[in-house]
Amino acid sequence: MPTRKLELAALAVATLLCAAHTEAQSPYGIGRAATPAEIAGWNIDVGGDGSSLPSGSGSVSHGSEVFAQQCAACHGAKGEGAVGDRLVGGQGTLGTSKPVRTVGSYWPYAPTLFDYIRRAMPQNAPQSLCNDDVYAVSAYILSLNGLLPADATLDAKSLAAIKMPNRNMFVGDPRPDVKTPECMSGC
Amino acid sequence: MTKPNRCRQEPASRRRFLREGSILLGGAVIAGGLAGSEARAAAENTGNLPPNAPEWMKTPGDPMGTQPYGAPSPFEKDVIKNISKTLPQYLSASGRTPLQDLDGIITPNGLFYERHHGGVPTIDPAQHRLMLHGLVDRPLLFTMDDIRRFPSESHIYFLECSGNPEYKKPYGKTASDLVGLLSCAEWTGVSLKLVLQEAGLQPGAKWVVAEGADSAAMTRSIPIEKCLDDAMLAYSQNGERLRPQQGYPLRLLVPGFEGNMNVKWLRRLHVTAEPAYSRDETSKYTDPMPDGTAREFTFYMEAKSIITRPSGGQRLSAPGFHEISGIAWTGRGKVRRVDVSVDDGKSWQEAQLQEPVLTRALTRFRLPWHWDGKPLVIQSRAIDETGYVQPTLAELLAVRGDNYVYHNNAIWPWRIAADGEVTNAHA
Repeated sequence: MPTRKLELAALAVATLLCAAHTEAQSPYGIGRAATPAEIAGWNIDVGGDGSSLPSGSGSVSHGSEVFAQQCAACHGAKGEGAVGDRLVGGQGTLGTSKPVRTVGSYWPYAPTLFDYIRRAMPQNAPQSLCNDDVYAVSAYILSLNGLLPADATLDAKSLAAIKMPNRNMFVGDPRPDVKTPECMSGC
Repeated sequence: MTKPNRCRQEPASRRRFLREGSILLGGAVIAGGLAGSEARAAAENTGNLPPNAPEWMKTPGDPMGTQPYGAPSPFEKDVIKNISKTLPQYLSASGRTPLQDLDGIITPNGLFYERHHGGVPTIDPAQHRLMLHGLVDRPLLFTMDDIRRFPSESHIYFLECSGNPEYKKPYGKTASDLVGLLSCAEWTGVSLKLVLQEAGLQPGAKWVVAEGADSAAMTRSIPIEKCLDDAMLAYSQNGERLRPQQGYPLRLLVPGFEGNMNVKWLRRLHVTAEPAYSRDETSKYTDPMPDGTAREFTFYMEAKSIITRPSGGQRLSAPGFHEISGIAWTGRGKVRRVDVSVDDGKSWQEAQLQEPVLTRALTRFRLPWHWDGKPLVIQSRAIDETGYVQPTLAELLAVRGDNYVYHNNAIWPWRIAADGEVTNAHA
């Protein structure tokens, strides 16, 4: 069947052209394609707006239990800080001479709390908490800061909806902000 | 009178007496600084000085292979990283380069400053991968062999931690205490631009979120302009593979930007439209102002310099000739000039810059100087190619207040007392 053969030949040429085109886009042809499953496994980034937060949920009350087991040794029973950072309080202090920067007083985005706990906490066993427990601990810390009711349950939607008190207090970089004269004598 | 080729062995008891006597003498000499290794050596081992032949000429030295990887002389055992013994913890901690003990502009790899947030991981390069994904045409996965197949390039760049030092007292005693979170090396790797082009950037790609493979999974967002400019992925440092403390087997380098953004143990580059707003670019590495606002994405390390010789903890042995020497750097390009004042900032004179003066590298400066033995305050200030002049601490505090934590590039003056002792003039 010559027609069929022609079709196959045309397909082969088209495939070659296509491959050549792809190579032209990849200047060195180094590396291999990362599969969606590989990317899904490694990409743990949660946006400040809550994008890419995973499914699951956790309550403040469950969070208090997880916190006592996993976090309190470094951050204090109520997040007051010890070897680890203070996590609670400080709202209203940032413009004073003794600012207290915590999750509640300083962090601009609540979803960052989930992102950070999931990737890096607890310090002795990062990435050991399941997503439900990360939601629960996040809920407990937000609750200690008065940003969530004590009977609340947190999930992707409700975490993204939380407006952090310090959200609008971040500004861009105006440097150089200090202008020093090039005085050489009699300064 | 001692003859060079004497036939009679000197009695052992006399040699021991000389050695022990010298230890007592040595204890009386002020250790360290400029008051002199020569004086100390003379006191400790007169038998090795002229007219005698030194003992190390009278017996063979260590055979080849004694040190398969060379180490410094045992007499340099005190030149080590400056690591506080009273840190609250050592997993998220920093160790400083002993700047006052080093010459030139290159930091030896073993003395390069360290800052890590979850300890130093031990990574098998055969099992390390770099993933590049997000707003790209072709998400890619690279082995270390893949990364080393790209065209390579080498550059000398400084790295400086953004908190170097803080604005509040107590201020450190030595140059290392003050600005020792600073080092400089020749880095070899691949231009990040080449790697991004391999995947093909899509419209809307504005940031690259870099993630480390340490237990802190350190995450920072880098603006795409920097990624397509001089950013690189480095696998070697001063000719050898990166040290584990510096991100072995692969790290990001964003020259002139604060150290934390130069993500170590790099495993992932996520091309995005928005920054990640990660914990380490919001709750940390932001700059609180007196009015309660905070500056974010403050990347550049501004022009700075410090005199390392003579500097805090050292001592001028005697009036007379001394060379003032130090280092200057700027994240915004090249150092144009360094001025030195030896009269507490009333007048300044231009120092000599050691060639080569490189973009975003340390620059060594020198000033020949005659000390008349009177107390005084010396200091240096850097001026970079943008015309920016390194400010005083007072000038910085007036604008930023002392709640500010990072990017302190103030002039650090040294006080020299009549006995030659050098101390921090701000302390």
